[in-house]
Amino acid sequence: MSLESRVKEIIIDKLGVKPEQVTMEAQFDTDLGADSIDQYELIMGFEDAFGLRIDEEEAAKLTTVGEVIQYLKKQGIEE
Amino acid sequence: MSRTAVVTGAARGIGLAVARALLESGWEVAGCDVLEADLEKAAADFGGKFTPWVLDVTREEDVNKTAESILERHGEIFGLVNNAGITRDGLLMRMSLDDWNRVISVNLTGAFLMCRAFSRGMLRRREGSIVNVSSVVALLGAAGQANYVSSKAGLIGLTRALAREFAGRNIRVNSVAPGFIETDMTKDLPDNVKEDYAVRVPMNRMGRPEDVADAVRFLLEDESSYITGVVLSVDGGLAT
Repeated sequence: MSLESRVKEIIIDKLGVKPEQVTMEAQFDTDLGADSIDQYELIMGFEDAFGLRIDEEEAAKLTTVGEVIQYLKKQGIEE
Repeated sequence: MSRTAVVTGAARGIGLAVARALLESGWEVAGCDVLEADLEKAAADFGGKFTPWVLDVTREEDVNKTAESILERHGEIFGLVNNAGITRDGLLMRMSLDDWNRVISVNLTGAFLMCRAFSRGMLRRREGSIVNVSSVVALLGAAGQANYVSSKAGLIGLTRALAREFAGRNIRVNSVAPGFIETDMTKDLPDNVKEDYAVRVPMNRMGRPEDVADAVRFLLEDESSYITGVVLSVDGGLAT
């Protein structure tokens, strides 16, 4: 499964949103209705799925689906 | 499979009674305390379902490291009982900043650090129950205990804040407010203070650590599954 679909799957699972809502530009808070604790859980979900630790400062910058994918790629995660 | 609870201040008094009550109900208990000898004695009495952890809850790094070790040893943690507490009584004018800070650190900051260390796992599994051991004095006040009363009132605030923060995640956060309980902590009180309290208790007796332990166990178990953010008084009617 591609990195993109894995990330999207986690978001769909954690936030209970429809697949078509999860576009690259979708903002977690305004577009996907995630409150701050939802967003914390998302970060936790990415950490668990991809086996890395995202510090608070980095996590705060990850506000869209695309930003998460970009970030993970930068960490050397391809799929 | 049995659930595990972490209990701070588990070597004596209310914490020890909580550990015993939980073990009797089939829980595993990770007991934390700074009192190594008492803790080892408890471990010897209780056997393998109780694991002793020497921990000063005011030390951030130690709390986080111990939390990791406890998770490794017991697997997932379902319950957390923040019971560790100290007193350094004195009238306000004579209370040193050190006496103030020390009591706030152990009683309140310690609970914050423990909640933070264990909430991640609870959030991940979307289940858990936290009980903060406050005190009747948080509701009534007590002369000569500005630091202790503030710390115990702070625990009620922490309880309510976290209850709201975690309510949607099936993690409950409650507090108990013990009244005048027969422990080493109250043993040291001056006789006139003890008498003053005793006559004010509507049920006309001091409480036992087991009375508090039963309430804590209730708040940890599924019987209380729709209860969060409360302060459960265990005081023979003292605060009413």
